[in-house]
Amino acid sequence: METTINIKLKVWRQAGPKAKGRFETYELNNISTDSSFLEMLDILNEQLINEGKEPVAFDHDCREGICGMCSLYINGRPHGPDDDVTTCQLHMRKFKDGETITVEPWRSAGFPIIKDLIVDRTAFDKIIAAGGYISVSTGGVPDANAIPIPKEDADEAMDAASCIGCGACVAACKNGSAMLFVSAKVSQLALLPQGRVEAARRAKNMVAKMDELGFGNCTNTGACEVECPKGISLANIARLNREFLKAGIQD
Amino acid sequence: MSSTLGSSIGKKLLMSISGLFLILFLIVHLTVNSLLLVPDGGDLFNAGAHFMATNPAIRVIEPLLAIGFLVHIIYGVKLTLENRKARGPARYASGKKTTGVTWASQNMLVLGITVAAFLVLHIANFWVKMKLTGDPLLEHTTVDIAGVPTEVENAYALVNATFGYLWIVVVYVIGAVGLAIHLSHGFWSAFQTIGFSNLKWRKRLSVLGNIFAWIIGIGFSSIAVLQYLFYQPN
Repeated sequence: METTINIKLKVWRQAGPKAKGRFETYELNNISTDSSFLEMLDILNEQLINEGKEPVAFDHDCREGICGMCSLYINGRPHGPDDDVTTCQLHMRKFKDGETITVEPWRSAGFPIIKDLIVDRTAFDKIIAAGGYISVSTGGVPDANAIPIPKEDADEAMDAASCIGCGACVAACKNGSAMLFVSAKVSQLALLPQGRVEAARRAKNMVAKMDELGFGNCTNTGACEVECPKGISLANIARLNREFLKAGIQD
Repeated sequence: MSSTLGSSIGKKLLMSISGLFLILFLIVHLTVNSLLLVPDGGDLFNAGAHFMATNPAIRVIEPLLAIGFLVHIIYGVKLTLENRKARGPARYASGKKTTGVTWASQNMLVLGITVAAFLVLHIANFWVKMKLTGDPLLEHTTVDIAGVPTEVENAYALVNATFGYLWIVVVYVIGAVGLAIHLSHGFWSAFQTIGFSNLKWRKRLSVLGNIFAWIIGIGFSSIAVLQYLFYQPN
């Protein structure tokens, strides 16, 4: 049986990077609790367009929680009140009838606002470009089990690799630190033999780029881990510290 | 190596190493202080204080300790200022509703300032009098050290008289509790920063850190309180 709710939305509107932003309040009626948060925003935008107003700009792409494009700081939490989901996987059944929902962009110096709820996350791409890859000699496909890898290592590498680079960690961090993201990207490769070859260089270059782009220093509060839609663990940050300090000692 | 120490992780490493060094100092300090509770008129404490004051190893470590404090304070302030800048000026209108984040971990600078403020009084109370200006209470007394009668400063008399003031005891308890909360995050965080943590050790380190923090906090404050309540001469 479908139930519907009426809600009030308090949305951050900002015309451009340098423009002064403000909150606008909109009322939305008969929103199905089965709809996703982004579908609700689509309904809002349709309503705004019909009224001849400018629709709210927000990031989205796959809408199934794997691309890392959707963001949004909803009612005091990145990706909203549900745990381990992205905004696109958040459902309206998590909200009450008559509730006022505050929607803000990620706020961190490393992620400047482009428009409304969209922030510039190219800093993450630059960090990846600084070393988040392996230089593979392409050739024939190797045998699947030619290089034995312990199950635990494979599991932990896979867990680290589930980071979608959405930036919720930075948005939740009181220090504007990107350490959870960088540590996941370093760990997914550092745990596997193929990634070991460039491990020292990778850790140094990615951390240097992270510092250069103005992200803060990690103080191990753990807010990032709580808000990460993919449950990336703080253990990755300890591993990044290890990899980085080991690389420093080798010099 | 200079680029390593200048990086974000390098600066955190300096916080971690100096913090762990200060933790070692706290263990030694509390151990000696516990002698204050031996009801022998302060002879054992005086012997302990004499040992600490004359031991060459301690004389070497003392300036290192000062450097440890300075590094920890300077880098703590530096990192906090950098982090405020990285966070940017805008705040969330809907607040922060992230659960499971300890209050201590988000207020390490405030807790550090509390401890530092206490330290000013603490140093004025004891270190200045013992090392620089002297005090009539420190007049020499003779204690028996391993069967040898030795003339030592009466540090116990100074401590005992200082803890005769209620306001000083209150400030010491506040300082010790602030320190305990600081350590409840600082202990495990120091290990995390040097990379000594993983999925298993995180739990172990935070439990160990909490136990350690409250042994230190309750230890120091109870000594001050018990001295005030039960060890005063009249």
